[in-house]
Amino acid sequence: VENVKLLDRYASRKAASGTLYLTATHLIYVDASAEVRKETWILHHHISSVEKLPLTTAGYPLLIHCKNFHVAHFVIGQERDCHDVFTSLLKLSQPVKPEELYAFSYNPKMSKENREVGWKLIDLKLDYQRMGIPNDSWEITDINKDYEVCSTYPPEIVVPRAATKAVVMGSSRFRSRGRIPVLSYLHKENNAALCRCSQPLAGFSARCLEDEQMLQAIREANPGCPFMYVVDTRPKLNAMANRAAGKGYENEDNYENIRFKFIGIENIHVMRSSLQKLLEACEMKSPSMSDFLTGLENSGWLRHIKAVMDAGVFLAKAVREERASVLVHCSDGWDRTAQVCSLASLLLDPFYRTFKGFMVLIEKEWIAMGHKFSHRCGHLDGDPKEVSPVFTQFVECVWQLMQQFPCSFEFSERFLLEIHDHVYSCQFGNFLGTCHKEREELRIFEKTHSLWPFLLQRKQELRNPLYRGFTAYKELQPNTLPFSFQFWCGMYNRFDKGMHPKQCVLDQLLSCMSQKVTLEDKASELENKLPILDGPLPSKGCTSPKAGAAAAKAPPPPQDCAEGAASVLSNGPSLGSQKHKESPAQPRDLGASREDGQAQHQ
Amino acid sequence: TNEWRLSCVNKEFSVCPSYPPVVIVPKSIDDEALRKVALFRHGGRFPVLSYYHKKNGMAMMRSSQPLTGTNGRRCKEDEKLINATLCSGRRGFVIDTRPLTVAQQARAKGGGFEQEVHYPQWRRIHKYIERFHILQESFIKLVEACNDQSHNMDRWLSKLEASNWLTHIKELLTAACLAAQCIDREGASVLVHGSEGTDSTLQVTSLAQIILDPRCRTIHGFEALVVREWLQAGHPFQQRCAQSAYSNSKQKWEAPVFLLFLECVWQIHRQFPCSFEFNEQFLIMLFEHAYASQFGTFLGNNENERAKLKLPQKTMSLWSWVNRPEELSRFQNPLYEANSLVIWPSVAPQSLQLWEGVFLRWNRPSKFLEEAEEERINIIKYNKELQARVNMLRRQLAEMETGEEVQEE
Repeated sequence: VENVKLLDRYASRKAASGTLYLTATHLIYVDASAEVRKETWILHHHISSVEKLPLTTAGYPLLIHCKNFHVAHFVIGQERDCHDVFTSLLKLSQPVKPEELYAFSYNPKMSKENREVGWKLIDLKLDYQRMGIPNDSWEITDINKDYEVCSTYPPEIVVPRAATKAVVMGSSRFRSRGRIPVLSYLHKENNAALCRCSQPLAGFSARCLEDEQMLQAIREANPGCPFMYVVDTRPKLNAMANRAAGKGYENEDNYENIRFKFIGIENIHVMRSSLQKLLEACEMKSPSMSDFLTGLENSGWLRHIKAVMDAGVFLAKAVREERASVLVHCSDGWDRTAQVCSLASLLLDPFYRTFKGFMVLIEKEWIAMGHKFSHRCGHLDGDPKEVSPVFTQFVECVWQLMQQFPCSFEFSERFLLEIHDHVYSCQFGNFLGTCHKEREELRIFEKTHSLWPFLLQRKQELRNPLYRGFTAYKELQPNTLPFSFQFWCGMYNRFDKGMHPKQCVLDQLLSCMSQKVTLEDKASELENKLPILDGPLPSKGCTSPKAGAAAAKAPPPPQDCAEGAASVLSNGPSLGSQKHKESPAQPRDLGASREDGQAQHQ
Repeated sequence: TNEWRLSCVNKEFSVCPSYPPVVIVPKSIDDEALRKVALFRHGGRFPVLSYYHKKNGMAMMRSSQPLTGTNGRRCKEDEKLINATLCSGRRGFVIDTRPLTVAQQARAKGGGFEQEVHYPQWRRIHKYIERFHILQESFIKLVEACNDQSHNMDRWLSKLEASNWLTHIKELLTAACLAAQCIDREGASVLVHGSEGTDSTLQVTSLAQIILDPRCRTIHGFEALVVREWLQAGHPFQQRCAQSAYSNSKQKWEAPVFLLFLECVWQIHRQFPCSFEFNEQFLIMLFEHAYASQFGTFLGNNENERAKLKLPQKTMSLWSWVNRPEELSRFQNPLYEANSLVIWPSVAPQSLQLWEGVFLRWNRPSKFLEEAEEERINIIKYNKELQARVNMLRRQLAEMETGEEVQEE
């Protein structure tokens, strides 16, 4: 469609006219008016709503809201075109059947073996092994291999060795959706365990011996502490209301040596509404400081983020300081439970702050344990009341931690944003469906690709240059006073480039890191050449880099680095291009360097 | 440029007690005229040059309010003075940091504003900047909000909003951008004033220079800016920085005017982290010394008082300490790369953040943030060393090769 304008948030009339293209997977807007051709790509799956706005003098406006918070305001010249685009986008953005999702048609140039290897990259068993499991107290059981215990759990789960099959089955009949207590994370240092489940079907007075035995088994697996916590992440009122429906929460009188606690994180409907209000505040055209802060406060968004963070901190503290095992649940144990268990693991164990570890964490606590990505992210045309930014909140908690502890994550904010994008993009199979069983039925592992190898390939741009390494920080103890939480402009106003710092520190540092490698290679190469020139005929494969270093031992005097240092600066995003005139040298074999070295030298 | 001259008309501080002994005025205006203009401006603060924009020859002047009063007094010398800064046929802008209503009311007390009929070539813009006790209360409320230990997010956000501190930041940044735009984009001269010309006026002119002039973003350039636009220009530090936020006695003339300016610099620094030679610690250090210092630099209210107190003889200058290499190294920004740009900050609420380094400094640990800064410094330092090493090796190789060639011949 030609004669289309893309307006920025200030709706300036000076917007140039471009062309809108619709492909099977994307909407692409091309603005070829300026010297540099500018393309804006929007994935259909990312579109959450399309609206026709009232007619203006400029034309027929179309407002597109995306799940990654991109807001695109198009003005289309012809009414017919506008209507066509509108109806097409409605259909394209709301697929009905899973087979229509991008992942099933996405076909990068990759061999079959590589695709399969990609799926095997993350092996949860290895993570359990890392924790020392199986051990005397805990085992990985395949009791759920045919989903007899719980249809939304993975085939292999970790339970106390002392829990017999009868206990497991009995407990599964007493837990909502059969989601029995299973191990999430074992803190090797003191044997305290983080476990998760769903609400018990206790009603007002029901009991279940097997469920009580299950909790006892968990508690006794940690002899270092006489009691265990049972944490219900719901507000007390909601949990009590559930009792009327035959569900509810654990009665401290019935379960030996438990300490019960409500944490009070609100439900998915409250969170959906909170995000909506936050986005409204972010979209305000030219708000005053008061307008924005009031909007932020009224959304309650940061209040909820703090609630999730506080819960994670409580769990981590219980495990670390009180050496107590903790059993966490909400209603169904796949939303708030997933958030707080994964957050607590991140706080306790530096492994989960590495690239690999974070992928493992998501695969374990979210994907394997049955968080309903398909429903929560609205992948298919379904019940809008099931949609809720549960995973988004978790990602934000991680980002908040990065602000407080800038050197403790191997990856940067960009890694988080990429994952978040792909949770909604349906380009990869990891987040499709609602649980492992469904993914097997959809044959995800045969027909689609895993996200993780693609992200690992891009480590260099997704890494955190300030990362101090695995052993630098053990447990993280964040401050959760309200002022510790910042507004994440990079997520909720991500595409409003004007709002972000004009010079990007991350880019500067990343380019330093890559330059470092180049310079180190160059220095080695030059060092190796030096002794060769200094003396009679050299022999092949002789001088070690050490000798070269000795020859050039004088400390470098203060330099007038005419050949230039780091990035060229511009009043805009710095791309870190090198000023060096020669191309970076590749490390060469010692044998070859003689001839090449001479020729290369100007 | 030779359109300007230094005037010593105030060398005894007799024409304007709050000005320095030497000021810069248009060449065509003589000292006699200046004396007359001083009678027409509040506190004798006649228009003087604050900044000259080399790029296009435009000038930014500052003064205090004209004493037009209810009778509509005029002063031809004043008109001539500011008209002298205009290029032929061009217009100028007067940026009045009071709202129009306040400016109008000022007439009843003898003050006022430049009337269009007498200043036809000048367009007046009112860009309100908060001052005095409202600013001080804002400051106190913010500090109080930061000390609130209750874990209540709504209360925190509510108190933050009610303090209005960030609103003042936004307004000042907007005003400075406006002044800078007039000069750089519109290519017009600008006159900035409020009432007394000692508070919001100085905030706007100094901040505008941060935007316009890369030299002000160097360490020495910024020091010179503070000396010129705040100390010499007669900002009453003694009155404004008497007690800070925890004082129980509400002093009438107390207000964190200088702090507001420093924070705006920090906000711009956040948005352009590679454009400043100094780091955040430098700004925090200046904030501290403005309130309490073992150096005499910030004592007194203007040069006149400082001379009377014999400060240069009896006290040490802050700059002499700061500029020592071992001290200066603590204040350098590792990411700094000199550039010659005009930098335009974003004033969207999402772009402005609370200055944790000042307001949360004692309420949360700084260890992890300091470690991050160390990492940044190390990464850049190591690269510089590598580069130096590579350069040196290249030179050695080149020398050896030429040595060899000579031998072979």
